[in-house]
Amino acid sequence: MTDATEASGGTSVTKRFLYVNRKAPYGTVYAIEVLEMILIAAMFEQDVHVAFLDDGVYQLRKGQTPAVLEMKDFSKTYRALEDYGVEKIYLEKESMEERGLTADDLVIPAAVLERKDMISLMDSMDVVLSA
Amino acid sequence: MKYAIVVNEGPFNHQASDSAYHFVKHALAKGHEVLRVFFYYDGVHNGNKHSAPQSDDRNIVKRWSQLAETNQIDLTICVAAGLRRGIVDDILAPGFRISGLGQLIEACIDANRTVVFGD
Amino acid sequence: MLHLVNKSPFERNTLDACLKRAAPGSAILLYEDGVYAALSGTSVADKVAKATNAFDVYVLGPDLSARGFEPAALIEGVQTVDYDRFVDLTVEKRGVQSWL
Repeated sequence: MTDATEASGGTSVTKRFLYVNRKAPYGTVYAIEVLEMILIAAMFEQDVHVAFLDDGVYQLRKGQTPAVLEMKDFSKTYRALEDYGVEKIYLEKESMEERGLTADDLVIPAAVLERKDMISLMDSMDVVLSA
Repeated sequence: MKYAIVVNEGPFNHQASDSAYHFVKHALAKGHEVLRVFFYYDGVHNGNKHSAPQSDDRNIVKRWSQLAETNQIDLTICVAAGLRRGIVDDILAPGFRISGLGQLIEACIDANRTVVFGD
Repeated sequence: MLHLVNKSPFERNTLDACLKRAAPGSAILLYEDGVYAALSGTSVADKVAKATNAFDVYVLGPDLSARGFEPAALIEGVQTVDYDRFVDLTVEKRGVQSWL
Protein backbone atom coordinates (compact mmCIF):
# COMPACT_ATOMS: atom_id res chain seq x y z
CA MET A 1 0.00 0.00 0.00
CA THR A 2 1.36 3.45 -0.85
CA ASP A 3 1.81 6.26 1.65
CA ALA A 4 -0.75 8.21 -0.34
CA THR A 5 -3.32 5.56 0.45
CA GLU A 6 -2.74 5.84 4.18
CA ALA A 7 -2.53 9.61 4.23
CA SER A 8 -5.36 10.78 2.06
CA GLY A 9 -7.63 7.81 1.43
CA GLY A 10 -8.92 9.89 -1.46
CA THR A 11 -10.56 8.63 -4.62
CA SER A 12 -7.56 9.63 -6.72
CA VAL A 13 -5.69 6.72 -5.21
CA THR A 14 -5.20 3.43 -7.04
CA LYS A 15 -5.60 0.38 -4.86
CA ARG A 16 -4.93 -3.27 -5.45
CA PHE A 17 -8.33 -5.00 -5.37
CA LEU A 18 -8.69 -8.76 -5.24
CA TYR A 19 -11.95 -10.62 -5.78
CA VAL A 20 -11.72 -14.12 -4.35
CA ASN A 21 -14.00 -16.77 -5.80
CA ARG A 22 -14.09 -20.08 -3.92
CA LYS A 23 -17.59 -21.30 -4.63
CA ALA A 24 -19.04 -23.34 -7.46
CA PRO A 25 -21.63 -21.73 -9.75
CA TYR A 26 -25.41 -22.23 -9.54
CA GLY A 27 -25.52 -23.93 -6.11
CA THR A 28 -25.31 -20.46 -4.59
CA VAL A 29 -25.67 -16.93 -5.95
CA TYR A 30 -22.20 -15.68 -5.11
CA ALA A 31 -20.56 -16.38 -8.48
CA ILE A 32 -22.97 -14.26 -10.48
CA GLU A 33 -23.25 -11.41 -8.00
CA VAL A 34 -19.49 -11.11 -7.53
CA LEU A 35 -19.15 -10.89 -11.31
CA GLU A 36 -21.53 -7.91 -11.28
CA MET A 37 -19.32 -6.35 -8.60
CA ILE A 38 -16.19 -6.87 -10.68
CA LEU A 39 -17.74 -5.21 -13.72
CA ILE A 40 -18.70 -2.13 -11.70
CA ALA A 41 -15.27 -1.99 -10.03
CA ALA A 42 -13.64 -2.03 -13.45
CA MET A 43 -15.07 1.43 -14.11
CA PHE A 44 -13.17 2.95 -11.19
CA GLU A 45 -9.73 2.50 -12.72
CA GLN A 46 -8.37 0.48 -9.85
CA ASP A 47 -5.82 -2.33 -10.07
CA VAL A 48 -8.30 -5.20 -10.20
CA HIS A 49 -7.34 -8.84 -9.77
CA VAL A 50 -9.71 -11.79 -9.81
CA ALA A 51 -8.71 -15.12 -8.28
CA PHE A 52 -10.47 -18.45 -8.62
CA LEU A 53 -9.56 -21.04 -5.98
CA ASP A 54 -11.02 -24.27 -4.67
CA ASP A 55 -14.50 -24.79 -6.15
CA GLY A 56 -14.34 -21.31 -7.65
CA VAL A 57 -12.42 -22.76 -10.62
CA TYR A 58 -15.65 -24.47 -11.69
CA GLN A 59 -17.11 -21.03 -12.47
CA LEU A 60 -14.90 -20.86 -15.55
CA ARG A 61 -15.67 -24.32 -16.88
CA LYS A 62 -16.99 -24.18 -20.43
CA GLY A 63 -20.11 -25.92 -21.65
CA GLN A 64 -22.43 -24.78 -18.87
CA THR A 65 -26.12 -25.20 -19.73
CA PRO A 66 -28.07 -23.69 -16.81
CA ALA A 67 -31.11 -23.06 -19.01
CA VAL A 68 -32.18 -26.58 -18.15
CA LEU A 69 -32.62 -25.26 -14.58
CA GLU A 70 -34.22 -22.06 -15.86
CA MET A 71 -31.11 -20.21 -14.66
CA LYS A 72 -29.09 -17.57 -16.44
CA ASP A 73 -25.84 -18.59 -18.15
CA PHE A 74 -23.40 -16.00 -16.93
CA SER A 75 -20.26 -17.95 -17.90
CA LYS A 76 -20.15 -15.95 -21.15
CA THR A 77 -19.86 -12.74 -19.11
CA TYR A 78 -16.32 -13.75 -18.11
CA ARG A 79 -15.35 -13.13 -21.74
CA ALA A 80 -16.44 -9.51 -21.32
CA LEU A 81 -14.03 -8.91 -18.42
CA GLU A 82 -11.18 -8.15 -20.77
CA ASP A 83 -13.30 -5.58 -22.61
CA TYR A 84 -13.82 -3.90 -19.24
CA GLY A 85 -10.08 -3.77 -18.65
CA VAL A 86 -10.03 -6.64 -16.15
CA GLU A 87 -7.16 -8.78 -17.36
CA LYS A 88 -5.54 -9.99 -14.16
CA ILE A 89 -7.56 -13.17 -13.82
CA TYR A 90 -5.94 -16.10 -12.07
CA LEU A 91 -6.85 -19.70 -11.41
CA GLU A 92 -4.98 -21.67 -8.82
CA LYS A 93 -3.15 -24.63 -10.36
CA GLU A 94 -3.61 -26.93 -7.39
CA SER A 95 -7.36 -26.25 -7.27
CA MET A 96 -7.64 -27.15 -10.94
CA GLU A 97 -5.60 -30.33 -10.54
CA GLU A 98 -7.64 -31.47 -7.53
CA ARG A 99 -10.71 -31.19 -9.72
CA GLY A 100 -9.25 -32.66 -12.90
CA LEU A 101 -9.55 -29.42 -14.83
CA THR A 102 -7.14 -28.31 -17.54
CA ALA A 103 -6.74 -25.06 -19.48
CA ASP A 104 -8.77 -26.63 -22.32
CA ASP A 105 -11.80 -26.85 -20.02
CA LEU A 106 -11.97 -23.09 -19.46
CA VAL A 107 -14.32 -20.57 -21.01
CA ILE A 108 -11.58 -17.91 -21.14
CA PRO A 109 -7.81 -18.10 -21.29
CA ALA A 110 -6.68 -17.24 -17.80
CA ALA A 111 -3.35 -17.29 -16.04
CA VAL A 112 -2.83 -20.39 -13.93
CA LEU A 113 -0.87 -19.61 -10.79
CA GLU A 114 0.88 -22.07 -8.55
CA ARG A 115 -0.23 -21.87 -4.95
CA LYS A 116 3.06 -20.34 -3.84
CA ASP A 117 2.49 -17.45 -6.24
CA MET A 118 -1.15 -17.14 -5.21
CA ILE A 119 0.09 -16.75 -1.61
CA SER A 120 2.26 -13.75 -2.49
CA LEU A 121 -0.38 -12.27 -4.77
CA MET A 122 -3.01 -12.35 -2.06
CA ASP A 123 -0.65 -10.96 0.55
CA SER A 124 0.02 -7.92 -1.64
CA MET A 125 -3.58 -6.75 -1.83
CA ASP A 126 -5.12 -3.61 -0.33
CA VAL A 127 -8.76 -4.65 -0.62
CA VAL A 128 -9.96 -8.26 -0.64
CA LEU A 129 -13.60 -8.84 -1.48
CA SER A 130 -14.53 -12.43 -0.82
CA ALA A 131 -17.77 -13.80 -2.12
CA MET B 1 -8.50 4.37 10.51
CA LYS B 2 -11.34 4.65 8.05
CA TYR B 3 -13.33 1.46 7.47
CA ALA B 4 -15.51 0.11 4.70
CA ILE B 5 -17.65 -2.74 6.00
CA VAL B 6 -19.39 -5.26 3.77
CA VAL B 7 -22.21 -7.49 5.01
CA ASN B 8 -22.96 -10.44 2.76
CA GLU B 9 -25.72 -12.17 4.72
CA GLY B 10 -29.14 -11.36 6.08
CA PRO B 11 -30.14 -11.00 9.73
CA PHE B 12 -30.56 -14.12 11.89
CA ASN B 13 -29.70 -16.76 9.28
CA HIS B 14 -26.00 -16.18 9.76
CA GLN B 15 -23.98 -14.45 12.45
CA ALA B 16 -22.40 -12.14 9.88
CA SER B 17 -24.65 -9.16 10.56
CA ASP B 18 -24.15 -9.51 14.33
CA SER B 19 -20.38 -9.71 13.97
CA ALA B 20 -20.31 -6.71 11.65
CA TYR B 21 -22.43 -4.72 14.08
CA HIS B 22 -20.20 -5.47 17.08
CA PHE B 23 -17.08 -4.74 15.04
CA VAL B 24 -18.44 -1.39 13.91
CA LYS B 25 -19.51 -0.45 17.45
CA HIS B 26 -16.08 -1.21 18.85
CA ALA B 27 -14.28 0.50 15.99
CA LEU B 28 -16.33 3.66 16.59
CA ALA B 29 -15.75 3.50 20.33
CA LYS B 30 -12.01 3.41 19.65
CA GLY B 31 -12.30 6.60 17.64
CA HIS B 32 -12.12 5.08 14.16
CA GLU B 33 -14.36 6.18 11.33
CA VAL B 34 -16.76 3.87 9.51
CA LEU B 35 -17.30 5.35 6.06
CA ARG B 36 -20.02 2.98 4.96
CA VAL B 37 -21.62 -0.34 5.75
CA PHE B 38 -22.56 -1.87 2.41
CA PHE B 39 -25.11 -4.68 2.30
CA TYR B 40 -24.78 -7.09 -0.64
CA TYR B 41 -26.10 -10.55 -1.56
CA ASP B 42 -28.61 -11.54 1.13
CA GLY B 43 -27.16 -8.79 3.30
CA VAL B 44 -29.81 -6.51 1.78
CA HIS B 45 -32.39 -8.11 4.09
CA ASN B 46 -30.80 -6.24 7.00
CA GLY B 47 -32.65 -3.17 5.77
CA ASN B 48 -36.19 -4.61 5.92
CA LYS B 49 -38.32 -2.60 8.34
CA HIS B 50 -40.82 -5.44 8.62
CA SER B 51 -38.38 -7.64 10.52
CA ALA B 52 -40.12 -8.37 13.84
CA PRO B 53 -38.11 -10.74 16.02
CA GLN B 54 -39.43 -11.90 19.38
CA SER B 55 -39.26 -9.22 22.03
CA ASP B 56 -36.62 -11.04 24.08
CA ASP B 57 -34.24 -11.29 21.12
CA ARG B 58 -32.04 -8.62 19.61
CA ASN B 59 -33.64 -6.58 16.87
CA ILE B 60 -30.90 -6.62 14.25
CA VAL B 61 -32.54 -4.25 11.79
CA LYS B 62 -33.46 -1.70 14.43
CA ARG B 63 -30.01 -1.94 15.94
CA TRP B 64 -28.43 -0.94 12.64
CA SER B 65 -30.89 1.95 12.31
CA GLN B 66 -30.01 3.17 15.81
CA LEU B 67 -26.29 2.89 15.14
CA ALA B 68 -26.72 4.86 11.93
CA GLU B 69 -28.65 7.57 13.71
CA THR B 70 -26.31 7.90 16.70
CA ASN B 71 -23.10 7.83 14.68
CA GLN B 72 -24.21 9.15 11.28
CA ILE B 73 -23.15 5.96 9.58
CA ASP B 74 -24.04 5.38 5.97
CA LEU B 75 -25.95 2.10 5.59
CA THR B 76 -26.20 1.31 1.90
CA ILE B 77 -28.24 -1.49 0.37
CA CYS B 78 -27.17 -2.57 -3.13
CA VAL B 79 -29.91 -1.70 -5.62
CA ALA B 80 -29.41 -4.75 -7.86
CA ALA B 81 -29.15 -7.29 -5.03
CA GLY B 82 -32.06 -5.53 -3.31
CA LEU B 83 -34.31 -5.69 -6.35
CA ARG B 84 -33.63 -9.39 -6.73
CA ARG B 85 -34.78 -9.96 -3.18
CA GLY B 86 -37.63 -7.45 -2.99
CA ILE B 87 -35.82 -4.94 -0.81
CA VAL B 88 -36.99 -1.63 -2.21
CA ASP B 89 -37.34 1.92 -0.89
CA ASP B 90 -40.77 1.60 0.69
CA ILE B 91 -39.74 -1.25 3.01
CA LEU B 92 -36.45 0.26 4.14
CA ALA B 93 -35.85 0.72 7.84
CA PRO B 94 -34.71 4.17 8.99
CA GLY B 95 -31.10 4.98 8.28
CA PHE B 96 -30.81 2.68 5.27
CA ARG B 97 -30.64 3.89 1.68
CA ILE B 98 -30.45 2.11 -1.64
CA SER B 99 -27.63 2.77 -4.05
CA GLY B 100 -25.35 1.09 -6.56
CA LEU B 101 -22.26 -1.09 -6.30
CA GLY B 102 -20.20 1.97 -7.10
CA GLN B 103 -20.80 3.11 -3.52
CA LEU B 104 -19.12 -0.07 -2.27
CA ILE B 105 -16.10 0.43 -4.52
CA GLU B 106 -15.80 4.10 -3.57
CA ALA B 107 -15.91 3.21 0.11
CA CYS B 108 -13.17 0.61 -0.38
CA ILE B 109 -11.04 3.17 -2.20
CA ASP B 110 -11.57 5.88 0.44
CA ALA B 111 -11.16 3.59 3.45
CA ASN B 112 -7.89 2.37 4.94
CA ARG B 113 -9.36 -1.05 5.67
CA THR B 114 -12.18 -3.09 4.14
CA VAL B 115 -13.69 -5.86 6.26
CA VAL B 116 -16.14 -8.39 4.81
CA PHE B 117 -18.58 -10.34 6.99
CA GLY B 118 -20.27 -13.28 5.31
CA ASP B 119 -20.87 -16.98 5.14
CA MET C 1 -2.65 -9.66 6.28
CA LEU C 2 -5.25 -10.49 8.91
CA HIS C 3 -7.17 -13.57 7.82
CA LEU C 4 -10.67 -14.18 9.18
CA VAL C 5 -12.09 -17.70 9.49
CA ASN C 6 -15.65 -17.98 10.74
CA LYS C 7 -16.68 -21.58 10.08
CA SER C 8 -16.12 -24.76 12.02
CA PRO C 9 -13.33 -26.87 10.51
CA PHE C 10 -15.66 -29.85 10.79
CA GLU C 11 -18.35 -28.21 8.67
CA ARG C 12 -16.39 -26.29 6.03
CA ASN C 13 -12.93 -26.22 4.57
CA THR C 14 -12.28 -22.50 4.99
CA LEU C 15 -9.68 -23.01 7.73
CA ASP C 16 -7.69 -25.32 5.46
CA ALA C 17 -8.19 -22.96 2.54
CA CYS C 18 -6.80 -20.13 4.67
CA LEU C 19 -3.85 -22.09 6.06
CA LYS C 20 -2.81 -23.06 2.53
CA ARG C 21 -2.73 -19.48 1.26
CA ALA C 22 -1.82 -17.27 4.20
CA ALA C 23 1.69 -15.83 3.88
CA PRO C 24 4.06 -16.55 6.78
CA GLY C 25 3.79 -13.87 9.44
CA SER C 26 0.07 -13.36 8.83
CA ALA C 27 -2.44 -13.20 11.65
CA ILE C 28 -5.47 -15.50 11.66
CA LEU C 29 -8.58 -14.75 13.70
CA LEU C 30 -10.97 -17.60 14.41
CA TYR C 31 -14.41 -16.19 15.17
CA GLU C 32 -18.09 -17.16 14.99
CA ASP C 33 -18.13 -20.95 14.44
CA GLY C 34 -14.43 -20.80 13.57
CA VAL C 35 -13.65 -20.84 17.30
CA TYR C 36 -14.08 -24.62 17.36
CA ALA C 37 -10.75 -24.89 15.53
CA ALA C 38 -9.03 -23.32 18.53
CA LEU C 39 -10.00 -26.05 20.99
CA SER C 40 -7.52 -28.65 22.20
CA GLY C 41 -8.31 -32.34 21.95
CA THR C 42 -9.93 -32.32 18.54
CA SER C 43 -8.89 -33.99 15.29
CA VAL C 44 -7.65 -30.63 13.96
CA ALA C 45 -5.81 -29.53 17.10
CA ASP C 46 -2.39 -30.70 15.89
CA LYS C 47 -2.82 -28.88 12.60
CA VAL C 48 -3.79 -25.66 14.35
CA ALA C 49 -0.99 -26.02 16.93
CA LYS C 50 1.47 -26.34 14.04
CA ALA C 51 -0.07 -23.25 12.42
CA THR C 52 0.79 -21.18 15.49
CA ASN C 53 4.45 -21.55 14.47
CA ALA C 54 3.94 -19.81 11.15
CA PHE C 55 1.09 -17.47 12.04
CA ASP C 56 -0.26 -15.50 15.00
CA VAL C 57 -3.49 -17.34 15.69
CA TYR C 58 -6.24 -15.61 17.64
CA VAL C 59 -9.69 -16.62 18.78
CA LEU C 60 -12.53 -14.17 19.50
CA GLY C 61 -13.39 -14.50 23.19
CA PRO C 62 -17.07 -13.53 23.01
CA ASP C 63 -17.71 -16.17 20.33
CA LEU C 64 -15.84 -18.75 22.42
CA SER C 65 -17.78 -18.07 25.62
CA ALA C 66 -21.09 -17.82 23.75
CA ARG C 67 -20.48 -21.44 22.73
CA GLY C 68 -19.67 -22.51 26.26
CA PHE C 69 -15.87 -22.64 26.21
CA GLU C 70 -13.24 -20.95 28.33
CA PRO C 71 -9.67 -19.96 27.39
CA ALA C 72 -8.36 -22.98 29.33
CA ALA C 73 -9.83 -25.21 26.60
CA LEU C 74 -7.66 -23.67 23.90
CA ILE C 75 -4.68 -25.07 22.01
CA GLU C 76 -1.47 -23.69 23.42
CA GLY C 77 -0.30 -20.74 21.41
CA VAL C 78 -3.76 -19.54 20.40
CA GLN C 79 -4.45 -16.12 21.93
CA THR C 80 -7.88 -14.93 23.03
CA VAL C 81 -8.90 -11.47 21.92
CA ASP C 82 -11.97 -9.32 22.46
CA TYR C 83 -13.64 -7.07 19.88
CA ASP C 84 -11.37 -4.14 20.81
CA ARG C 85 -8.33 -6.23 20.01
CA PHE C 86 -10.03 -7.52 16.84
CA VAL C 87 -10.25 -3.89 15.73
CA ASP C 88 -6.60 -3.34 16.70
CA LEU C 89 -5.54 -6.35 14.62
CA THR C 90 -7.16 -4.83 11.55
CA VAL C 91 -5.10 -1.70 12.15
CA GLU C 92 -1.84 -3.56 12.70
CA LYS C 93 -2.08 -5.63 9.53
CA ARG C 94 -2.08 -3.99 6.06
CA GLY C 95 -5.36 -5.62 5.03
CA VAL C 96 -8.09 -8.05 5.98
CA GLN C 97 -9.06 -11.20 4.06
CA SER C 98 -12.23 -13.11 4.95
CA TRP C 99 -12.37 -16.80 4.05
CA LEU C 100 -15.95 -17.45 3.01
